[in-house]
Amino acid sequence: MNPPADADVSPAVLTVDGFQCLIDELQRRGYRVIGPTVADGAIVYDDLASVDALPRGVGDAQDAGRYRLTRRDDEALFGYAVGPHSWKRFLNPPRLKLWSSRREGDGVRVEPAPEPRQPLAFIGVRGCELRAIAIQDRVFLGGRYVDRPYDVRRRGAFIVAVSCGTAGGTCFCTSMGSGPRAQGDFDLALTEIVDAGEHHFVVEVGSDAGREIMAQLPSRDATSADCRQAERIVAATAASMGRSLPAEGVRELLLDNLDHPRWDQVAERCLSCANCTMVCPTCFCSSVEDSSDLASEETARERRWDSCFTTDFAYLHGGSVRATTRARYRQWMTHKLATWIDQFGSSGCVGCGRCITWCPVGIDITEEVRAIAAAPARTGGSDHADGHAQD
Amino acid sequence: MATKLPRKPASKPRLAVFKFTSCDGCQLSLLDCEDELLAIAGAVDIAYFPEATRSTLRGRYDLVLVEGSITTPEEQARVLDVRRRARFLVTLGACATAGGIQALRNFADVAEFSAAVYASPEHLRTLATSTAIAAHVPVDFELRGCPISKAQLLEVVSAFLIGRRPVVPPHSVCMECKAAGNVCVTVAQARPCLGPVTHAGCGALCPSYDRGCYGCFGPKETPNAAALSERLLQQGLQAQELLRLYRSFNADAPAFRDESLRIEAGLRNHTGDPS
Repeated sequence: MNPPADADVSPAVLTVDGFQCLIDELQRRGYRVIGPTVADGAIVYDDLASVDALPRGVGDAQDAGRYRLTRRDDEALFGYAVGPHSWKRFLNPPRLKLWSSRREGDGVRVEPAPEPRQPLAFIGVRGCELRAIAIQDRVFLGGRYVDRPYDVRRRGAFIVAVSCGTAGGTCFCTSMGSGPRAQGDFDLALTEIVDAGEHHFVVEVGSDAGREIMAQLPSRDATSADCRQAERIVAATAASMGRSLPAEGVRELLLDNLDHPRWDQVAERCLSCANCTMVCPTCFCSSVEDSSDLASEETARERRWDSCFTTDFAYLHGGSVRATTRARYRQWMTHKLATWIDQFGSSGCVGCGRCITWCPVGIDITEEVRAIAAAPARTGGSDHADGHAQD
Repeated sequence: MATKLPRKPASKPRLAVFKFTSCDGCQLSLLDCEDELLAIAGAVDIAYFPEATRSTLRGRYDLVLVEGSITTPEEQARVLDVRRRARFLVTLGACATAGGIQALRNFADVAEFSAAVYASPEHLRTLATSTAIAAHVPVDFELRGCPISKAQLLEVVSAFLIGRRPVVPPHSVCMECKAAGNVCVTVAQARPCLGPVTHAGCGALCPSYDRGCYGCFGPKETPNAAALSERLLQQGLQAQELLRLYRSFNADAPAFRDESLRIEAGLRNHTGDPS
């Protein structure tokens, strides 16, 4: 979190009309405003022209491999959990041109890909998604090598977070410590209050940019009653979460059970279709593809989302090092929940539940952990540094 | 930045297009490359392509595109001749790669079909099966789809010309669907979709129009059709409908064939049909 310099950080209250002013103000400042909207039977992230594009009065019913929109009995603008999209599609687009080249006389001229000039503003970023962005920041920006395409999109992005007033059917952010309260690196964080004819947002300011924007909006100071009501809403969401992962010991559990029979069982169900990795807000793997035209005059290099569930992704000289679905599923889950900690200092999972909902056959990562924990083959004592069994 | 490049060779590679049992849709994809057609004609000598030009150059060809499956004794012999003339042989589409829709005969009695359709079936000389080109001769590259994707065809030709491997990933349609930002029709609407077991290449065309994938690019790498079938049945699809989903343009592709035979066996056991 990047707190504002001035002391004045007391929460404010914004009305729904005030929310429209927020969108207007962001657009006036040149941001590309993106947020949740209904399309094709789900809540997706797309460009927002006005508050009317938000999914007003829409909820969702989610379970393993199942998603349905529902009608709420109120007019809430954020009364649903996360859908199939995540913010990574804007910060790390699915297809990205890196450079192109062109034959000129006896030589070749290389042109870098144009970079987007318009800064991004995200509306409705949930707690789990703030955590996911922080994890991707660590991956793309935190090490020795900074990923420029991610950096130019992430730098200057304005984040309007929303604390969740409803837990989704596959959410488990409470156990991952990432939600339902929006916490971390945001500019503004909202809690929506729809109650007894009232409809407004309690707004917490998280940055100087957030404070500047708030100063332009019609708002009033939040009372302690407003703040208590916001806290109650978030607490009720936390208490209604149906799924969980153990807070401690998952890394050791998985690395001690690399030959557990459960991996064979999940491989029988797993389609290796890669949907879980595509919807995961932290999965970042990509492949680089070259193209050339018929005249061999122009070439280009593109980066696209890839997945540890494809055989090509693990192809080294002579073949794929993860030939079986068992090996690929295990790679994904042990990286996400165990070796990610060794690599980046945190779990790679934020508890958003997308991999559960959007798995066509409904494989549930929390259930898989529970199954191994219920009958561990070994418990503790192994040397994790060389504990990676090979398929 | 300027780097010296080698000069391009003076003579152009010779391209030929051959057709076996098929609807011509895949070779039409080549003519459908309207914007790129002149570039193709500029990059290769179109030596044999009856659908496009009457002029024919006999002899050997550098790049041979083959459309269609093998369904007659005449085709069995001809494909051997085509292979002998080809330096690099690429099959186009579901027929050439998996036997096509006409491979439905592989699950039935072709004599019965012939008698039902033709007044004098004794004049026909046809094989009992429709099979992929690779079942008869070695194939250098297989392009999937019914029809093929124009972009993938251009990619294969461009890659051949420059001597690189074509970028035609064998992963699921789901990856293209998610990259496009589509909402999964199976998860959000319980629509039957073969995307999770189907080879990418179409750009997730059907799900982009709110329809399930019907598998026209054939099985992807490492398909798990049995697990998908179980889920689609759970969602309310009837076994007979599921069977038809696998028995279409790629009915004889091994993963789809095995799954349809498994479903068929289940249906027989269920109804007690002794056949």
